[in-house]
Amino acid sequence: MSTTTAADTHAEHHDHPAGFSRWLLTTNHKDIGNMYLIFAFVMLMVGGAMILTVRAELFTPGLQIVKPELFNQLITLHGLIMVFGAAMPAATGLANWMLPMVIGAPDMALPRLNNWSFWILPPAAVMLVTPFVLGLAGIGTGGADTGWTMYAPLSVQTGWGMDFTIFAVHMLGMSSILASINVIVTILNMRAPGMTMFKMPLFAWAFLLTAFLLIFIMPVLAGGVTMLLMDRHFETNFFNAAGGGDPVLWQHIFWFMGHPEVYVLLLPIAGVIPHVISAFARKPSFGYTAQVWSMIAIAALSIVVWAHHMFTSGMSTGAQLYFMYSTMLISLPLAVLFYCWIATFWRGSISLETPMLFALGFIVFFGWGGLTGLVLADAAADAQYHNAYFLVAHFHYALYPTTVMGAMAGVYYWLPKWTGHMYDERLGKLHFILVAIGMNLTFLPQFLLGLAGMPRRIPDYALQFADLNMASSIGAFILGISHLLFIYVVIKCVRGGQKAEARAWEGADGLEWTVPSPAPYHTFETQPVVK
Amino acid sequence: MSRFRRAFAAGSLALLGLVGSAQAEIRWTFPDPATPLAADTLHVHNLFMTIAGTIFILVFALIMYSVMVHRKSKGYKAATFTAPRTAKQVALTLLPFAGLLYIDYVVFGIPAYHAVLSYEDSKTNAEMVVKVTGSQWKWLYEYPAEDIKFVSLLTTPKEQIHNQAPKGEHYLLEVDNPLVLPVGKKIRFITTSTDVIHSWWVPAFGVKRDAIPGFLREFWATIEKPGIYRGQCAELCGKDHGFMPVVVQAVSQPEFDKWVADKKAAVVAAAASADKEWTKDELMAKGKDVYEKVCAACHQTNGQGLPPAFPALAGSAIVKGPFVDNDGRLVKDGHLDRVLNGKTGTAMQAFRESLSDAELAAVVTYERNSFGNTVGDFVQPSTVKKLR
Repeated sequence: MSTTTAADTHAEHHDHPAGFSRWLLTTNHKDIGNMYLIFAFVMLMVGGAMILTVRAELFTPGLQIVKPELFNQLITLHGLIMVFGAAMPAATGLANWMLPMVIGAPDMALPRLNNWSFWILPPAAVMLVTPFVLGLAGIGTGGADTGWTMYAPLSVQTGWGMDFTIFAVHMLGMSSILASINVIVTILNMRAPGMTMFKMPLFAWAFLLTAFLLIFIMPVLAGGVTMLLMDRHFETNFFNAAGGGDPVLWQHIFWFMGHPEVYVLLLPIAGVIPHVISAFARKPSFGYTAQVWSMIAIAALSIVVWAHHMFTSGMSTGAQLYFMYSTMLISLPLAVLFYCWIATFWRGSISLETPMLFALGFIVFFGWGGLTGLVLADAAADAQYHNAYFLVAHFHYALYPTTVMGAMAGVYYWLPKWTGHMYDERLGKLHFILVAIGMNLTFLPQFLLGLAGMPRRIPDYALQFADLNMASSIGAFILGISHLLFIYVVIKCVRGGQKAEARAWEGADGLEWTVPSPAPYHTFETQPVVK
Repeated sequence: MSRFRRAFAAGSLALLGLVGSAQAEIRWTFPDPATPLAADTLHVHNLFMTIAGTIFILVFALIMYSVMVHRKSKGYKAATFTAPRTAKQVALTLLPFAGLLYIDYVVFGIPAYHAVLSYEDSKTNAEMVVKVTGSQWKWLYEYPAEDIKFVSLLTTPKEQIHNQAPKGEHYLLEVDNPLVLPVGKKIRFITTSTDVIHSWWVPAFGVKRDAIPGFLREFWATIEKPGIYRGQCAELCGKDHGFMPVVVQAVSQPEFDKWVADKKAAVVAAAASADKEWTKDELMAKGKDVYEKVCAACHQTNGQGLPPAFPALAGSAIVKGPFVDNDGRLVKDGHLDRVLNGKTGTAMQAFRESLSDAELAAVVTYERNSFGNTVGDFVQPSTVKKLR
């Protein structure tokens, strides 16, 4: 009897609920991974539609499409949705699907918790968007309109969209913490026999560190928004100077979460990329230990540099110098990662399938995002970049290649494993080209806009900014279209295509490639042994 | 493969073409610096862009070389190394990181240290003080020593913003009362706010500082050339964040002295006007003027507001209610009190500091007798002077 047959027979013993309750009640990491990824993509579309409305408004000077009140809601929700609704769930989706498979576990350690951490998300998203939708229908004050940073006292002053946002943030945070607990418990307890921590794939290391960071920072944000809620409704004065509080306290709390959050978004992708480039360069990862320690260093440093987001708030000179120099230090472990990634494909035997293109695109574009971060760290020069479009361009060069291109690299890489089919390579490459053109056309002009003096978060602008804004808007729509192509490629791949082998990529290495494609519902019934 | 490469080349060309066609008046760097700090920042920026650009191009070239040469389709066999092995390789590996630390902490770190100290030293040899108060959505400027204060408001007409009229040269970057400053003097700026956080930014000065309610922050500038410098609020501060520009008019010392003298004379005239008895028509005319400049952004020209964030004044119980009690004292939460002191926790700010007695009296009179409100009473500037 072959192993496949055994697994099939075994699966029949379980009574799978069908229809909706299969998805509502599932404790299977693959089902939950699918739901996370679909949820993330839907949120990407929602947040994307919002920002395309903004870019359409900014296509020419003057107010055309949206009023300033609505404009502020759109940019706020775009930020919150992309960070908490799209980027983080996409990473968690990848973790759900791949973590048990790369460490040789049958499933996540805490399956019911896993179900919970997902099913908190959709209500949270509804909570976040409801006041916005009601606002469009003329009911209430609309969604939160303070920017995703929710700076007090603006967030104390604004309408009840803020209260919905506060509770949505609580739920999103809870979901993240539960998912993180699951990741940590799974990695620490369910690795295949013989897989010591330092034999563990980089993917697992990356998610382990991300999970620790999340558990460290999300409660701080939860505390912060609760203080905000108290200030708004219960007459406390945490952020009100007239009552002995300090508006800047909010910024410290927010960025104590917000800066590590950047690395919460980056680290999972830093775990995906080595797998992809090693597979398509047909060469093992360079500097495994150096990469692990760099990721640990990044995670540790990320929690002690937050106030570099606040150089213009008027901190003491000593604090400015500390946050400037500590921020510069992060460039070191990041440079080690870049070095290792490049050294991995250097003198490899490279082929440029779609995942590899996205991985290389990530390295190049994120490289530019990282480099521009260096000059923002200069506390004196920062006065000129801060809250200008230069900053917007910088963090989109940091976040877009990471959370979208990096995640795409992972999705294309593992799609054959998930669906059992190869995706359409030609369309995949076209997708990459659209993304590469769209991204640079959207964000490169924004660097120049910032240098010319355009502040961020304004619905209308002076005439000298017109040409570059138009170019940026065209780029944004190209990016938008690229995602429609992506969904077509995925649906096509799910429905059929060339049959994928167990080891779908010739150079791919790791336990996930030892099981059939598509991976059976329960992956490892008996744990594989790692030598 | 070749089809893919052709497509990629075509895509890159299209990208270059699009960026190239939008070339009319794009600046590739900061505006011409007008202060020592801005010159410093420009220097750092140029140096940085050169170094970062060089690193980027070198690494990019390395990546492209590898991607083109170390190719499976060309029969290139993969090496197997996963770490540096010889002492020479280890040294070569460490070299770029040593270089990076040198760039971080020496090339940028040392000048940045001096720049931060200089940026923060607004007191040494400061020759005059200007207080900048951010307020939704305008700037209030005060010269404590000269005893002058005034509000600076956007003057771009609504028709231009709503595309009903052609846009002027300084669209959205023009104000009624620019901040007038002398050149060649070290000016110490103090910032604060009456409501939410704003941020005062003039790119040509190389400074940006938040204006935080309840706290004072400071910075300085020594403007080297006369001229008009434009900037904007740089911290999201609500609905009209994009519509509160900063305009600075830098003039020579004699011109500045003359401006101060004129402004002081105007203050004296305003104080005198508070003592005279105003007719209702005078109050209504001035009130309409003030209302449309200061109040209409939220409460709208027709007094209907944008509820629930910005309540209507038409039919408002507060507007129609009494503003003084029978003993001639200010009614708490009455109409005049609300305008003078604002309402905590909402966008309604205190106008006590930013409007004169005559302006306050006029605007309250106007609100009580417009938009269908027919309270019928009117408020004299002398009453406001007594009650504030």
